[in-house]
Amino acid sequence: MLYREALNRAIDECMAVDSTVVMLGEDVGLYGGSYRVSEGLVAKYGEKCLIDTPIAELSIVGNAVGMAIGGLRPIAEIMTANFALLAFDQIINHMSKYHYMSAGKITLPMVVRFPQGVSKQLAAQHSESYEQMLAAVPGLRVFAVSDVNYAYHALKKAILMDDPVVFIEHELLYNKKGDVDMNADLDPFKARIVKEGQDVTIVTYLKMVDDVMEMLPELEEQTGKSYEVIDLQSLNPIDYDTLKNSLEKTGRLVMVEEDHYMGGYGAQIVSWAAEKMFYALDAAPLRIAGKNVPIPYNRKRELASIPTPETIKEEIKAWGAENGL
Amino acid sequence: MDKSIAEEIYALMVLGRKFEYAAKEHYMTGEISGFLHLDIGQEALSVAAMKAFDHGDVFTTYREHIMAMSRGIEPKAVMAELFGKSTGVSEGQGGSMHLFDPSHFFYGGDAIVGGHIPNAVGCAYARKFKESEHGVLVLFGDGASNSGAFFESLNIASTWKLPLLFLCENNQYAIGTKITRVAPFLEQRKKAEPYMRTMEVDGNDALAVYECIKEAQEYISKGHGPVFVEAMTYRYEGHSVSDAATYRSAEELEIWKHKDPIAQLKSVLQDRFELSSSDLDEIDKKAQETVDEAVTFAQESPEAGVETLYDHLFKEVNHVVS
Repeated sequence: MLYREALNRAIDECMAVDSTVVMLGEDVGLYGGSYRVSEGLVAKYGEKCLIDTPIAELSIVGNAVGMAIGGLRPIAEIMTANFALLAFDQIINHMSKYHYMSAGKITLPMVVRFPQGVSKQLAAQHSESYEQMLAAVPGLRVFAVSDVNYAYHALKKAILMDDPVVFIEHELLYNKKGDVDMNADLDPFKARIVKEGQDVTIVTYLKMVDDVMEMLPELEEQTGKSYEVIDLQSLNPIDYDTLKNSLEKTGRLVMVEEDHYMGGYGAQIVSWAAEKMFYALDAAPLRIAGKNVPIPYNRKRELASIPTPETIKEEIKAWGAENGL
Repeated sequence: MDKSIAEEIYALMVLGRKFEYAAKEHYMTGEISGFLHLDIGQEALSVAAMKAFDHGDVFTTYREHIMAMSRGIEPKAVMAELFGKSTGVSEGQGGSMHLFDPSHFFYGGDAIVGGHIPNAVGCAYARKFKESEHGVLVLFGDGASNSGAFFESLNIASTWKLPLLFLCENNQYAIGTKITRVAPFLEQRKKAEPYMRTMEVDGNDALAVYECIKEAQEYISKGHGPVFVEAMTYRYEGHSVSDAATYRSAEELEIWKHKDPIAQLKSVLQDRFELSSSDLDEIDKKAQETVDEAVTFAQESPEAGVETLYDHLFKEVNHVVS
């Protein structure tokens, strides 16, 4: 099953069991979704549940907040992360705060989904990443899942739970293949150990998990060391226990993210490690992140602005050599 | 118009004004802090709209104490909220600007100007989806009707034919900026005319507001789509207690004080419904007692402890805070 099909399946199953689940956004209905995530659902559940909206992102999320107040379970799809900026007022001022401001009287069972990140030459206004801003907002849960099976389970959990969730996808993950075990009992709030290892802990998430795994056999062969790869999956809350256990074993931390280095999400993980895991660390952590530039159109420059399997490998090798690995 | 309804509206307006003056007094003593937006001068609109709109949900702004009480929320719980006490309607988490009570279908208290209008649109969608008898009333000021959220909402509510009543409280000032300096006309309903039926009412005439909102409620309940009501009114105080309102002339304020909503309704009660001065005195006395009790209650109530700081951050998985 493809990643986008796993998301489709999750939404389909939620709509089948709960008639209050609706999805709204640009082209989610008759068109089937810009990335085909809602393909076929309008035929099954009708335009009442698959709601085509005007190009008005503030309203897509703002309406979803109101729908949740009115007893529905809305899934708001934003076509791409950069467009979600138009809805940040609703996400940050309304969606994240109503439950707390109302002392729990208002509950918002809703999901906001959007893809982000560098795809291929979509340029500066269609390629950015915003998890660092959203994971920092109290009152929101933030998923960024790379694995197909977990994506299915995490989205179902996000739709059916009573708290507001931002579900971040990546444009290059939609056609990723994977097996989905519908009956698996998975906790999407737990980080996933993608590969066990002894010498270095690599923490990453979303599409960078695949980039790390792509270069890993060569890295292990060239350095003769074994690396543990952890996929965070849930960016808020953070599963610190899994990170702690790994760092106590390896004593070395590498954080890999596609996001800009300045204020990037990985800064939170590294700062936590410096504060809480200092005496377990044998070396200064390494942060591999995107450059502090808007994403360029030119392919060479685009690739130079973000980590790639090759640059991840080389940076880790250089860091390892400097740190006596 | 039924006498008992007129009397009830009057009593709530008197209560509201006394409540607001008491809030101002206790702001000055420091017992109430933050931003405090008083509704004095606009009581007819706030009370009569709430009493008329009895089949639905209400979304409103940060100038909402009187609306909350008219909706049935206890004055004590509103005052305690202003004092930041745990007995407040939002347990002291929200304050003056954030009064919420779903049991009264009151989702008041949004403080992002215009930001609550899309929420009302979404709720109206949910009501229509569930084939509920409920419609939705959203109140906002003239200032909000310049926001993108407002224009998006006109478009969506009319396209989807939602049971939504837009009620623009046009008091002509967005904080210190007169509406005609930032919009091409005074009447904000002109913006809605291409999208939906519009109505106009004197916002200082409580009984007119009541009749108008009743008619509008009836209209949206029939599946015709949304309706836009504009009510002209005026606030006597500044935008908030910290605003001395030096941008308005004393003459302008006097003109509006001659159209005082409470004095107007008082005359109607005396002339048309034959209430005696002792009846009116009794209303006044009761209102003062209620406000005094609310203040005492707020003063004597405990503050929420800091150990519950993380309560209500999430409904589920609140055990994980990172």
